[in-house]
Amino acid sequence: MIIDSSEGSLKAFLGTLPTVDEVGVQGRAAMLATRSVKTTSKAWAIDMAISMIDLTTLEGADTPGKVRAICAKAVRPDAMDLSVPSVGAVCVYNDMVRTARSALDQIGGSSIPVAAVATAFPSGRASFAVKAQDTLDAINAGAGEIDMVIDRGAFLSGRYSEVFDEIVKIKELCGNKAHLKVILETGELVTLDNVRKASYLAMLAGADFIKTSTGKVVPAATAPVVLVMLEAVRDFYSMTKTRIGVKPAGGIRTTKDAIKQLVLVNEIAGPEWLNPQLFRIGASALLNDLLLQRMKMRDGYYASPSYVTMD
Amino acid sequence: MSTFDYAPALESTAIVSIAERYGLFINGKFVAPKSGKYFPTINPATEKVLAKIASANSADVDLAVAAARAAYVKVWSKMPAAERGKYLFRIARIIQERSREFAVLESLDNGKPIRESRDTDIPLAAAHFFYHAGWADKLQYSGNGASPKPLGVVGQIIPWNFPMLMLAWKVAPALATGNTVVLKPAETTSLTALLFAEVCQQAGLPEGVVNIITGAGGTGALLVNHPGIDKVAFTGSTEVGKLIATSIAGSKKSATLELGGKAANIIYDDAAIDEAVEGIVNGIFFNQGHVCCAGSRLLVQENVHEEVLAKLKVRMGHIRLGNPLDKNTDIGAINSAAQLAKIKELSAAGDSEGAERWSAPCELPSQGFWFPPTIFTGVSQTHRIAREEIFGPVLSLLTFRTPQEAVEKANNTPYGLSAGIWTDKGSKILWTASKLRAGVIWANTFNKFDPASPFGGYKESGWGREGGRHGLSAYLKASN
Repeated sequence: MIIDSSEGSLKAFLGTLPTVDEVGVQGRAAMLATRSVKTTSKAWAIDMAISMIDLTTLEGADTPGKVRAICAKAVRPDAMDLSVPSVGAVCVYNDMVRTARSALDQIGGSSIPVAAVATAFPSGRASFAVKAQDTLDAINAGAGEIDMVIDRGAFLSGRYSEVFDEIVKIKELCGNKAHLKVILETGELVTLDNVRKASYLAMLAGADFIKTSTGKVVPAATAPVVLVMLEAVRDFYSMTKTRIGVKPAGGIRTTKDAIKQLVLVNEIAGPEWLNPQLFRIGASALLNDLLLQRMKMRDGYYASPSYVTMD
Repeated sequence: MSTFDYAPALESTAIVSIAERYGLFINGKFVAPKSGKYFPTINPATEKVLAKIASANSADVDLAVAAARAAYVKVWSKMPAAERGKYLFRIARIIQERSREFAVLESLDNGKPIRESRDTDIPLAAAHFFYHAGWADKLQYSGNGASPKPLGVVGQIIPWNFPMLMLAWKVAPALATGNTVVLKPAETTSLTALLFAEVCQQAGLPEGVVNIITGAGGTGALLVNHPGIDKVAFTGSTEVGKLIATSIAGSKKSATLELGGKAANIIYDDAAIDEAVEGIVNGIFFNQGHVCCAGSRLLVQENVHEEVLAKLKVRMGHIRLGNPLDKNTDIGAINSAAQLAKIKELSAAGDSEGAERWSAPCELPSQGFWFPPTIFTGVSQTHRIAREEIFGPVLSLLTFRTPQEAVEKANNTPYGLSAGIWTDKGSKILWTASKLRAGVIWANTFNKFDPASPFGGYKESGWGREGGRHGLSAYLKASN
């Protein structure tokens, strides 16, 4: 064990992490953004990105109809081209999990997990009893993945063991029924030093994935934030031989954005992370742009957005 | 495809048209050399001949110096300063407009990656012209008195590592201060200088203000020793710099010399390690390490050196070596067979002196001149690889125990061009910087250049400064 869960041990460990130089990270991210991904590698990247999408709807206005629609899209993103892979998961609020699960099962998507946001998403401001029940509801309804939020208030006031203990307990509830993704909400942590610390806190507490954002706060999955999180999983692997996944979410809308993310994965964490078991992209609008770019590569011209479905 | 291999993304060469043969640019025109001699310039990534370049002899140098003198006396020294500035602005804009052409040509002739020629060399070259264009009519505020005067005709000799950028460093301040120039590019990389000659024509620059003569070291010696020049501005090796200093001793000629370096890049244990690793890579592998201010001596605090080395090796494994025109290439070709031989010789000395060599696993193309990104560990101050400038992608790692020892080791070199400091602690940056004997010191970054920032060295790294207000002084007679 690297740490026990005491406040002192956590603080001591997080204090040993090297600091992050924001200017340096921005420079590295900007350089990697110049990578030119064309032809065969672009085709590969588009299909990989599609298979990594957590197709998401997290609206107050979500209805069973809306959820069934994105499930259909998740299984067969392009009804006219069955060579398009299915997405990585469908991500919904916990009251929609049952709807999503049964919709997916009915249309041949039984291998696609349903991810549920939990622990009083997006703010995380509730008692632990509520957060636990939130999580259990989702798991009992068939969620295969839990996207929990950390208590940013506790983190920012230095109560690391509270953040840690919550993750540990939610992980216990997930057991072997659900993968746990831990949302750091980096837009509220603000500094990259905080992003690094929170990444380690989540990994040490048992996260299977660390996720940037809820999508409800701007900025979300910026390249510097994702870069620092990818460094964290890379270095955590060299310490523990355990590979933790990374999920950027929020603000990734175009194929170009997605390919830049894959370049970051390839050159920071390494090619071992380039699969849906270790990298996901939380998005909704992105899928259609990937489909349009895929058609462009196949047909040689850009199709009108009318040729992709709006769900 | 099962892995994310970036497919070739080649920059098109259609934008450049290279002539079969180039004359000398004297008095605003391309003229055949009196010598009648030409030599080939090759693409170091393929060893294919790109063009034949004129080899200037003493008659050619006489003509170029005479043209520069006439332009100085009749036109350039009499022109209102604001008008001079307009020409420089025009040149800067044309370089920007033709930047892709310059970048592709530079990568073809020099071997450097298109990403660097496109994003660094050419934009910075334009920036130098813009910066100095602004100074042309404000020299009375440059700290050189109320009416500083130009020196006259300047002989300028530039190296092959940043051909176009070094041209800009030399030509822009000389013209802005009212001097005329005879410039000799390095014999392996003349093509962008000759394209710049076209830019001078396009800008309508008066004839003879810029003259470009090509040739090898012998041509450079003729220029340095020519009685018709008032100043020598040289960037190149310390060896040649010493020859120049000797040959102009006792003459009226002044000189600025930008020579070699063996920069210490100091990594303290409280540095942001990941970004420091990035800075180490940028410090030594930028431009294949063909950088006089390269951070070639890595000084790492001993208590973190294993962590730094492990991360550095992982990072070096991601460096992409190959075709300079591929937009994803990070490290291109070594500029010449001679330079490659020198890098190999010094690396072999590292092996025989007992240092441990590690090179990033990468496939070297069969044609052209290549050397993989390499680090030597177990290096001590007495090793040749820690003392001599390798001018290639070869890093030597040394360790230190205390800040005092870091400074002592950093300064224990005949050179003093640049240094880097990596720490999260501001006071330590200031303490270290005040103790280092180097002309340029970067903190938590490396190889950052700006026309407003003076550049130059201590000790055997040279005389004088280029860039900024200090650089202007080197081209002016100060007044009261």
